Amino acid sequence: MPRKTTPRQDLTRGVWRENPVLIQMLGLCPALAVTNTVVNAIAMGLATFFVLFFSSLLVATFKRLIPSEVRISAYILIIATFVTIVDMTLEAVVPEIHKALGAFIALIVVNCIILGRQEAFASKNTVPRALLDAVGTGFGFIIALLLMGGIREIFGYGSFLGFPLFGANYEPWIIFILPPGGFFTIGFILLALNWWQRRQEERAKAAELAEVAVGRAA
Amino acid sequence: MMGNLLWIFVSAMVVNNFTLAYFLGLCPFMGVSGKIYTALRMGAANIFVLTVASLCAWFLNTVILPHAPFLRLISFILVIASAVQITEMVIKKVSPALFRALGIYLPLITTNCAILGMALFQTNRGYGFLEGIFFAWGAGAGLTLALVLMASIRETLELANVPEVAKGNAIVFLIAGMLSLAFMGFAGLLSS
Repeated sequence: MPRKTTPRQDLTRGVWRENPVLIQMLGLCPALAVTNTVVNAIAMGLATFFVLFFSSLLVATFKRLIPSEVRISAYILIIATFVTIVDMTLEAVVPEIHKALGAFIALIVVNCIILGRQEAFASKNTVPRALLDAVGTGFGFIIALLLMGGIREIFGYGSFLGFPLFGANYEPWIIFILPPGGFFTIGFILLALNWWQRRQEERAKAAELAEVAVGRAA
Repeated sequence: MMGNLLWIFVSAMVVNNFTLAYFLGLCPFMGVSGKIYTALRMGAANIFVLTVASLCAWFLNTVILPHAPFLRLISFILVIASAVQITEMVIKKVSPALFRALGIYLPLITTNCAILGMALFQTNRGYGFLEGIFFAWGAGAGLTLALVLMASIRETLELANVPEVAKGNAIVFLIAGMLSLAFMGFAGLLSS
């Protein structure tokens, strides 16, 4: 059994502290491939959220009925079913977005975040807690995609959600919407995260040292 | 005909490199690109599985899916996963040496998005039997190329003085970005 957590932790854990993309480095393919505009990032995030939520619901509901030898195949089948639903719905309702995302909607099936949450959490916990976990992880994924999509659209097109930001004189930084821009953006985000974490650690250490010094003086 | 096949191969290998242009197969790209030796074996296993997947996708596309297109995704993932599993067993029986060489990588790459991505692209572009095989080889060769390039850079990088904040994944992504930039140069092949 995994370590006991409170329902509140189940919900908030995936959003930032164990963010699936930025901390756990899962689901990188969609996070880099379809985040050249904010709209695409939101569509991808919502599609993944939907699949994750309903897969967790089904897996947690049927966890006693799924034999453990074939559980991975069973999870993949459940996930693939919901991905097919999303794929066909998007194609019918918003064809432009479906075209922009292309094969990456279908590739949600092999997104390791979803299978990872089924194997690590939904298959061992009750339905409400599995859903809380799915909501938290799904939001974490959307936040990471928005961060990537925001940076790339602002620099690459000079706009946000299609509204121009910098006026007509802005020369768009095309590289950010091309594939190398995806690698550079996540590289810079990770640099910033590392820098922030090291600063936190140093501050904690400094505070500890100061306390010791105060203790000695007294 | 031959020129067309060759073009499909080159296009999948360098112009639209799966890892550096489509971001497919990033997990092994980040995970096993530490050593040239493991990168090469991972690449070999990938080429192998891609070929099997291409055959399966072609079979499904011609025989079953015209009657039930909504089953495409589900059948692809199931059939590819089982085909890899079966091939793994056969190799283990027939050639233990090859099995040891491919090792853990064979089962791991079943869930690699490059495999399913290749099968889907092959379907979307309407490739036939031979075209599909060449597309799979090109994709595999491209993955191997990217992996080996990355691994050789990382082996050299171990001797370099990397700033403390950039250690780990950050520097790898920045280098991948530069590799991707370099590969964009091959796009010039498209117009000629």
